[in-house]
Amino acid sequence: MKKLVVAIIAILFAASSVVAQDKYFTKSGKIVFASKTSMENIEAHNKSVTCVLDTKTGNMQFAVLMKGFEFEKALMQEHFNENYVESHKFPKAEFKGQITNNGEINYTKDGNYIARVKGKLTIHGETRDVETSGTVTVKGGKIETDAVFQVALADYKIEIPGIVKDNISKTVSITVDCSLDPLKS
Amino acid sequence: MRMAKHLLILSLITDMATGLYAQEEDLLKLVGGEDKPKKEYVDYSFKSSRVIMSHSMEMIRPGVMDMRILHRFGNINKGAYEFFGLDNAAMRLGFDFGITKNLMFGIGRSTNKKELDGFIKYRLVHQSKGPGAMPFSFLLVGGSSMTLLKWADTSRKNYFSSRIGYYGQAIIGRKFSEGFTLQFMPTVVHRNLVATKDDPGDLLAVGAGARLKLSRRISLNIDYYYRLNPNPNDGTQNPLSIGFDIETGGHVFQLHFTNAVGMNEKVFLLETTNKWEKGDIQFGFNISRSFQLKKRKK
Repeated sequence: MKKLVVAIIAILFAASSVVAQDKYFTKSGKIVFASKTSMENIEAHNKSVTCVLDTKTGNMQFAVLMKGFEFEKALMQEHFNENYVESHKFPKAEFKGQITNNGEINYTKDGNYIARVKGKLTIHGETRDVETSGTVTVKGGKIETDAVFQVALADYKIEIPGIVKDNISKTVSITVDCSLDPLKS
Repeated sequence: MRMAKHLLILSLITDMATGLYAQEEDLLKLVGGEDKPKKEYVDYSFKSSRVIMSHSMEMIRPGVMDMRILHRFGNINKGAYEFFGLDNAAMRLGFDFGITKNLMFGIGRSTNKKELDGFIKYRLVHQSKGPGAMPFSFLLVGGSSMTLLKWADTSRKNYFSSRIGYYGQAIIGRKFSEGFTLQFMPTVVHRNLVATKDDPGDLLAVGAGARLKLSRRISLNIDYYYRLNPNPNDGTQNPLSIGFDIETGGHVFQLHFTNAVGMNEKVFLLETTNKWEKGDIQFGFNISRSFQLKKRKK
């Protein structure tokens, strides 16, 4: 009986350690979003993006606190939080999706791989399907993920008042850059 | 038999384990999902660094200059001939500068009595949420004003120091919710020269300022002072202002009604003679425009 219990525990342990090696994460990923118009270029940086990637299934998730975006101008940051994304009501943006060509990526071999990503992006309480392609770089047991995609503000019910509509582009580009470490449970 | 039972249990357990696998799991939960609660400062308690006439618990951000143009028109009850007061206007042009997150200063010049004024505002306690939260903000303001009018009586000896007055103020405020902020402002005003011996050298007052947010861009503001030891014989009144803050992207407009003519602490606390109950009120508007002088590093 005792032996059996030990065996079960051992199996469970083995199982969990297998799970752990498949998953990679970071809590200090970077997201930059940029709006470019002839009037003004606006850029905001966030350096505490959480990202988890399951290399076995290709499942991928991001989360970022909206208040963590830093702008060059304090007033932009105030308007971003107070008027546009209403970060007190919707503190987080999230992405939940999958690398659709996960089978083509060899996470055990160093190299650059093109990754096609598909999933659901939630900003300002609105969820939309997004699709983009990025790169996965495997190097010495670490994984780098990069992607750029375009987001139309209107899709997420972010209203830009008429008086500044020439200063803020209707579509902003979002650049994600994460360096992932193995997740040990 | 016993062995078979054990095998069954074992297979059940492994089944459950694989069952967990198959479900699409919330990966973020694996890394603690939600970030650990962090101390988070409560900002944007007012749209600008003033309630209407008073300093608010809000600061100008570092590297920002706020150009403030304040107008007060004449009394509304003067009728159509004076265009309900709009024919007359007093103004103050001011510049406020944010030095650090908790320190700012400002200077201004008013048409009323040709006064020059300046202040320093320092935030000792910043309201915050999360671990080590502070339920309120606490700020200190020190300011001075100087009239540059020619002396009325040149036959006597006039001292330069007589032109000067000072004020000190503490601000205790709390943003109760996104929609409601309330602050109290115990204040002392000192004048080096007073007109009569009934006039207090040091005037004590307690102010209250509140903001009720009506929409993302519009709020209702109220700003009032109760004076503890005013000169009972000069007919001066407690100042009260009620108005709207309207934010339009780059500017904040403060449209309001007030019985206070002056636009610095000494004047609106000591020289407000208009009475609300008689309709001696004026329309006023403040325009605040921020300029980022020093850009932040990326």
